[in-house]
Amino acid sequence: MEMAPIQDSRAAERMTILEMRGISQIFPGVKALDGVNISLHPGEVTALIGENGAGKSTLVKILTGIYLPSDGAIFIDGKPVSFSSAQDAVDAGVTAIHQETVLFDELSVAENIFLGHAPRTRFGLIDWKTMNARAGELLHVLESEIDPTIRLKDLSIAQRHLVAIARALSVEARIVIMDEPTAALSRKEIDDLFRIVEGLKRQGKAILFISHKFDEVYEIAENFVVFRDGRAVGSGRLAETPQDAIVRMMVGRDVSNIFPKVEVAIGETVLSVENYCHPTEYRDISFELKRGEILGVYGLVGAGRSEICQALFGVTLPSSGRLVLEGETVSIRSPRDAIAAGIVYVPEERGRHGLALPMPIFQNMSLPSLARTSRSGFLKAANELALARKYAERLDLRAAALSVPVGTLSGGNQQKVVIGKWLATLPKVIILDEPTKGIDIGSKAAVHGFISELAAEGLSIIMVSSELPEILGVSDRVLVMREGLSAGIFDRSRLSAETLVRAATGNA
Amino acid sequence: MKKLLKHRELLLVGIIAIMVAGFATRAPGFATPGNLANIFNDTSILIILALGQMTVILTKSIDLSVAANLAFTGMAVAMMDATYPGMPLALLVILAVGIGAVLGAINGTLVWWLRIPPIVVTLGTLTIYRGMAFVLSGGAWVNSHQMTPGFLNFPRLPVLGMPLLSWMAIGIVLLMWVVLTRTQFGRATYASGGNPTAAVYAGIDTGRTKFLAFTLSGALAGLAGYLWVSRYAVAYVDVAAGFELDTVAACVIGGISIAGGIGSVAGAVLGALFLGVIKNALPVIGISPFAQMAISGIVIVLAVVFNARAERRAGRIILRDRGAKEVSA
Repeated sequence: MEMAPIQDSRAAERMTILEMRGISQIFPGVKALDGVNISLHPGEVTALIGENGAGKSTLVKILTGIYLPSDGAIFIDGKPVSFSSAQDAVDAGVTAIHQETVLFDELSVAENIFLGHAPRTRFGLIDWKTMNARAGELLHVLESEIDPTIRLKDLSIAQRHLVAIARALSVEARIVIMDEPTAALSRKEIDDLFRIVEGLKRQGKAILFISHKFDEVYEIAENFVVFRDGRAVGSGRLAETPQDAIVRMMVGRDVSNIFPKVEVAIGETVLSVENYCHPTEYRDISFELKRGEILGVYGLVGAGRSEICQALFGVTLPSSGRLVLEGETVSIRSPRDAIAAGIVYVPEERGRHGLALPMPIFQNMSLPSLARTSRSGFLKAANELALARKYAERLDLRAAALSVPVGTLSGGNQQKVVIGKWLATLPKVIILDEPTKGIDIGSKAAVHGFISELAAEGLSIIMVSSELPEILGVSDRVLVMREGLSAGIFDRSRLSAETLVRAATGNA
Repeated sequence: MKKLLKHRELLLVGIIAIMVAGFATRAPGFATPGNLANIFNDTSILIILALGQMTVILTKSIDLSVAANLAFTGMAVAMMDATYPGMPLALLVILAVGIGAVLGAINGTLVWWLRIPPIVVTLGTLTIYRGMAFVLSGGAWVNSHQMTPGFLNFPRLPVLGMPLLSWMAIGIVLLMWVVLTRTQFGRATYASGGNPTAAVYAGIDTGRTKFLAFTLSGALAGLAGYLWVSRYAVAYVDVAAGFELDTVAACVIGGISIAGGIGSVAGAVLGALFLGVIKNALPVIGISPFAQMAISGIVIVLAVVFNARAERRAGRIILRDRGAKEVSA
């Protein structure tokens, strides 16, 4: 691929295109970013590394004009800029290629590339000829011969990625953000992508490459920045930094002090999952869960963790496998079956999966327990309120009244309603999917204490988490998943951050 | 604003009272108890249909076939009564409810099993049910002289000073209040519309809930079918043409969210009464029939605008990210 460099990349080295200084982003109750500094250089790839929830996505949203930062300044070519809309960012030469490509299935490739800035004829109508020709040129530069006139839905995922990249290039961006671009790609497609990235580097573009796959980062990037809990905790040249050092930066803090583990007597086996398979999401997953035990499930996003949990809860069905609950094989074909059997699932997205926001708190809490609170088919508001009051007190829920809509509560209190709702079903097994996602460190400790308390009462807990300190601090055993397969089950005695990260990323 | 929302039903009562008082200044006698009872009686069928429509809308669906269902069922029972004058009235009413429920269940099945969007399903069945009414009658009318006196008089029987039609509407209102606030099915309709995913996660079968809501709406439309042909003493294919829109309008005016999950029985009833007052008042104060439709339409649009604004305000806290952005800006 021969491309005339727009500027001599060697001369431009260590020049800075974009600089972010002291960027903070505060959401109600959470500090998503805290005084972050980042610089991007022409012709270089900077890798942004961090666990989920470390603040990577928030940074991308600030750079692309979706969020206005609460504090801090952004400079492009040394001049301060402020992005108050996505268009401002595009105009300033910043473009992003997102994790899930944001494209339109029913439009043609060329339309997708030029949506919003299509070439016009002198009558102000879309100039299809020019648009298709320019789309073809852009794709040609990317060494792709995709026909610009076919509809996007007929393309493979890798080809869609190319379209997304072509779209990014069509606006003549100087700063390209790639948000986990390899997540859905095969090794060969990744190689193709990296050739394109090399081409972009030669054109003098500055690239921010977000990934948590170390092999890729070392392959493609020159610089790195590590995020943890919304702060940039390390940065430098990758050539001078061993992988172990980066893993330590990611994990960071002294784990045992922050997440004190309460020792609980572990009883007999309650649940055993045998050879759960799904055509696309996971294969051959087996594990056991004992009374009072907390099983952590760790892995990267897309490793199949949530999917296996949803299968246990009957939201999706496994293609094969057996579930034994207290010695009896059970068949779970819907959430109703799971609830009846005593398995409940506290989903990751409490807004989307957890709560009916217009409904009052007590009605949300009693929703899965209505069979118990009703008398001869009629709802008993008094019973529902009593149930809700019991768990509201237990979880220290702060609300004006239990009859106000859940939508009026803060995020943390909404999470308590979700947990209370599931505890009220008197489950045997409770599955917590990212129980502390999006809440601040102080509330996290309270949640962890509560999880230990539940285990002490004899509940068995499956806790899916992407946060290593949480997994290490709370779990009795950890199931690590990688690309839909089990990458090992580790006992508490064998737990360490490095072991788990290696198992999850496949880095021996 | 929040207080206003909470007391939305009270607000609607206030608006209706002001309207009635205003009309009374132009048309003396409008606000007399007798006339108000007449307006309620006139609005009874709309109230019954609106409550069925509301149940469907709560589940994030819509039933555009209610008026066609009413026309077919009304035609069917009128023809049965004309052909077999000996059939007991109770049986005819049960048949009307049953036929209506079957037609509603057809909608529900298509929505549940085939997962076709409700608006498409009921747009289709709205035409089909009207067509069926035509096929059944061959386009002929069933006139009052063909119907038995019992069939015709039943809704008019005065009980405690009000016609039975009004009492039936009151009965249905109470029944629907119990169903929606005191049964698991009622709670399931609110949950299915309020957050379908969360409802599934809580063990609610949202498809079955929609099916039952459509069946209920159909059953009420069937009952309304009998009441309509008996009250107006005639059955023909185009009976209640376009009336499905009135039922939707009543719900929207009454604060039932088209997005599902929000609304009360009192709201739907007041929404229907609001329309009833306007429809009865405009001719009385001498507004031409052409302007009447336009005025009704304007009022409905205003109600929708008001509703949308109220919902956006209530929804603000849900849109956390946007809120945060606005604050930081």
